[in-house]
Amino acid sequence: MTTMMSAATTCTQPLLEAKHLQLSYGQQVAFHDVSLPIASGEIMAIVGPSGCGKSSFLSCLNRMSDLVPHCHVQGEIHFNGTNILSPRTDTLLLRRRIGMIFQKPNPFPLSVWENLALPLREHGLVKSQTSRRAFRQAIHQAIEAVLRDVGLWEEVKNRLHSSALALSGGQQQRLCIARALILQPEVLLLDEPCSALDPLASAVVEELMLRLRPRYTQVVITHNLAQAKRIADRIAVFWVQQHKGQLIEVGSTQQIFNAPTHELTAAYVSGGKG
Amino acid sequence: MQTFEMSQLSSLRRAHRRDRILRHSLRLLGSITGLLVLLITLFVLQEAWPALQNLGFIRFWTDGSWHPLEGSFGLMPMVLGSGLIALGATAIATPLGLLSALFCQCYGPPLLVVPYRRLLELLAGIPSVVYGFWGLVVLVPQINRLHPPGQSLLAGTLILSLMILPTVALLAIASLAQIPSSYWQGAAALSLSRWTTLTRIILPSARSGLFTAVVLATGRALGETMAVLMVCGNVVQVPSSVFDPVRSLTANIALEMAYATGDHRAVLFVSGLVLLAIVAGLVVMAEGISNQGMSSESVIVHER
Repeated sequence: MTTMMSAATTCTQPLLEAKHLQLSYGQQVAFHDVSLPIASGEIMAIVGPSGCGKSSFLSCLNRMSDLVPHCHVQGEIHFNGTNILSPRTDTLLLRRRIGMIFQKPNPFPLSVWENLALPLREHGLVKSQTSRRAFRQAIHQAIEAVLRDVGLWEEVKNRLHSSALALSGGQQQRLCIARALILQPEVLLLDEPCSALDPLASAVVEELMLRLRPRYTQVVITHNLAQAKRIADRIAVFWVQQHKGQLIEVGSTQQIFNAPTHELTAAYVSGGKG
Repeated sequence: MQTFEMSQLSSLRRAHRRDRILRHSLRLLGSITGLLVLLITLFVLQEAWPALQNLGFIRFWTDGSWHPLEGSFGLMPMVLGSGLIALGATAIATPLGLLSALFCQCYGPPLLVVPYRRLLELLAGIPSVVYGFWGLVVLVPQINRLHPPGQSLLAGTLILSLMILPTVALLAIASLAQIPSSYWQGAAALSLSRWTTLTRIILPSARSGLFTAVVLATGRALGETMAVLMVCGNVVQVPSSVFDPVRSLTANIALEMAYATGDHRAVLFVSGLVLLAIVAGLVVMAEGISNQGMSSESVIVHER
């Protein structure tokens, strides 16, 4: 299955492509010269030891890096053919099309319902109906659909109006994924989405990610190699060399695990390093 | 092996001893502070007691005027004066303070925010007599030109609002700073506008802290004496407009304590007691609000 997918995706034009990307915080270079094409519909896993610039790289892809003071990005990132690093890019529009899930689930301190209705209303995604009642009904349908999508509907349908903070960690993370999906993005960026979850909850999230493929293109950072092996179509290995993060190898999951070309990759996947 | 365990044991004992010393000294210092507040309250109560016994609590509210030498002890105009000045000052300082805090935490560029915060801290550090002096020579003549006499409820309100502005702003900044950055990140990743983020997520989450800021600032306004005394005119009357002079409870105590004797003196302590009660009430209220915010994890559940 995995190999078929990657074979199918590699021949198409990449949806998202970083070209000679470099990011620095003040004088400190986080990573440099990263070129990575990401194909439409694939799950790209980014692995590597701590501090090699994985999260920094991910935050460039939807310009969340703009929010970090003294953060400077060089190079190009092409999304659907346009360079999103150009100052003319509308970041609000960009972040609607490229959603993000964080390491620690971060639902707003609102009800489950309001967590989903807030972005819906903000972006006017529900067409205004003839009556208030019909409008509410439309919002309800969108919320139910997305909660079913992440497999949360049965668990929360009776407490839509109680606080989202009362949900378990795994449920909160799936709510955050639902919140991102409700904007109908093309790409999901997931920054270690399972690292704050117990094994059962992370298995549920993993299964969800597989279910969302290939409707959404997913870029996921993980510290868990076994997880990368289970879910990813392709894997990008980052490493620190001369105090700078670098992309040392990209390949299909099978190739990275069975026939790595870089010696560091070989040591990493066999458990010798990292 | 055994010596190793011995040395471990003795260091553990030493650590316990240090903990004990620290615990006891902190308890001592804490109880001294608490005791001081209690003693002051008891003292004020004791000094006010003769008046409460001779005149009864009701008379302070029913006596038509304040002529202590003729046995007329109406505190109402001054309670009203204090209340109006404090409320007016809070009404002006609250929006300004909250906007300052929002500017510092959410909008301002760092280059501007740092000096701005220093300025607010400086504003908090200016002695009240300096505010009063400035009010007397700058503000009062301006108001006088608008509507004589100048020393008025308005002057007191304006000066006080300036004085409590940093209290509101700095406490509000502190409570906004406690909002987890993950809320901001989450909102940015959903491309919510800054307005939506503020009004729907950040401000509701900081609600209890912001209320506390306002309540504590009101308490400070009620207790302020010197500046109010200098710019308010100190006529004991129920003001009919903002240009009328008023006298606050605090100013009354400061003005008359020096020569008051007998019942008159005791009544001044009664007004002190009233002030203490109001401020204590406000502090309890602030505490209640901030606890409420904590216990419910500052959850806001909106209606559909």
